[in-house]
Amino acid sequence: MSSIRFDAVNKTFGGGQIKALEDIDLDIADKEFMAIVGPSGCGKTTCLRLAAGFEFPSSGRVLVGNSEVTQPGPDRAVVFQQFALFPWKTVAENIELGLRNKNVPRAERRARVAEAVGMIGLDGYEGAYPHQLSGGMQQRVAIARAYVLDPQVLLMDEPFGALDAQTRVVMQEELVRLARRNPRTVLFITHGVEEAVYLADRVAIMTRRPGRIKEIVDVKSVREADHWEKCARIEDVMDRESFIHLRTHIWRSLREEKNGAEH
Amino acid sequence: MIGTLDPARRLMLGAIGLVGFLGLWALVAASGLVGKAFLPGPLDVAARLVALLHTSFAGGTLLVHLGSSLQRFTAGYALAALVGVPLGLLMGRFRLLDDIVSPIFDALRFIAPIAWVPFAALWFGTGFGGPVLIIFSGAFPPCLLNAYRGARQVDARYIEAAEMLGTPSHRLILEVLLPASVPSIVAGLRIGAGLGWQSLVGAELIVASTGVGYMMVQAQSGVSTATVMVGMVAIGLVGVLIDVALRTVEARIHRRLGRA
Repeated sequence: MSSIRFDAVNKTFGGGQIKALEDIDLDIADKEFMAIVGPSGCGKTTCLRLAAGFEFPSSGRVLVGNSEVTQPGPDRAVVFQQFALFPWKTVAENIELGLRNKNVPRAERRARVAEAVGMIGLDGYEGAYPHQLSGGMQQRVAIARAYVLDPQVLLMDEPFGALDAQTRVVMQEELVRLARRNPRTVLFITHGVEEAVYLADRVAIMTRRPGRIKEIVDVKSVREADHWEKCARIEDVMDRESFIHLRTHIWRSLREEKNGAEH
Repeated sequence: MIGTLDPARRLMLGAIGLVGFLGLWALVAASGLVGKAFLPGPLDVAARLVALLHTSFAGGTLLVHLGSSLQRFTAGYALAALVGVPLGLLMGRFRLLDDIVSPIFDALRFIAPIAWVPFAALWFGTGFGGPVLIIFSGAFPPCLLNAYRGARQVDARYIEAAEMLGTPSHRLILEVLLPASVPSIVAGLRIGAGLGWQSLVGAELIVASTGVGYMMVQAQSGVSTATVMVGMVAIGLVGVLIDVALRTVEARIHRRLGRA
């Protein structure tokens, strides 16, 4: 059981000068896919960094499973916006590092790396270095590096933000396939409303800074009622009235936030 | 402006400078303003250099002295690199170690290598250890400092990625901090080699019974100015060779990393 729970979390920076998060209460159930959308600078990445254990709340608690987050660890794999692959390691070595840290025997490591490479469709690139790959391929490696650990919790920080539109669509479809086949507790940060509605079970909308949870939109019940899974492609899903309805609702809610913003 | 000159032009200008310097030196030496015993001309020094290649002075030919200097240099420099780089990386990773070592290190590094000479003489006499200690004191600070700064400046993303993958400390240092700090470490090794070579010859002036520095001191007491100057030329040339060799290594590493 790996739920994520934000319990009255406040986070300030600069010795209390900057209030990043205010009274965040958010429960993400085991194996639930939660997306957070919000205006830029609203603190959504900070939420993810708190769950990852890179930063800690100024007050309140962040719990994963039943224990408070005290440090980063392989039970909560992170996919970073800028990939953060090790440039001096090959594709296989990048994916393998987490398994070595867990002292997985060599033969099993090799098998699991091969399986992960197959999953992301990069067979034949095991020995390539990150700089020899396109942005989309690099991000797939970053996803494989996280998935190969079989983590209970997956934290994704705008993982497709740096990709071109076509690659992004392919990656989104792939992630939906992976997530439905092998569900994990996912916290997915994005500023793409369509992406959030397409991928997530629920979408949390944040206000601008100091970030608060403004509204949580349930996508899963709509998705299941309208049988989105029958659509093979993302554009077919996006054409459905139920999708458009949710998307527009979230857009409106976000627009209200943006109107008060600097630009 | 220097960067805009092409290599051939820079080489030519460098040659003009060198020829001008030698010409001025020859002119002053020939003018008789300074006694010939105190300022031999460039040709006299060159002739003396050639002679010292096959005749023995103060216990050996020039190459024998250079060889023994290089031996000490290698020992002291290797020790500085082998202690300085790992310690610097560890200090870059562990705040506690940094806080413990930094004050001592900061105080010690302001003691010039030459200031270690009396201490080294007391401890080692004219043995191998004295010069090795002195070269270590010259080469160690840049080795440590550059590894430390390199480790501290590693992109936080790589460290966070390693931590979230559960990477234990020793592996994080060896497989993340070390490769990410290579450019900084190599620059430190190059600076350390230069400082080490400078301090070594200084040390040999006092605590040694062979080596280029020793040869120069012996020549000084015999008022063989040409031999003293041969020593200076040899120090300069070997120093340049060491620097060129390490620059080549550095450039090669940058080319390899540049593709990343």
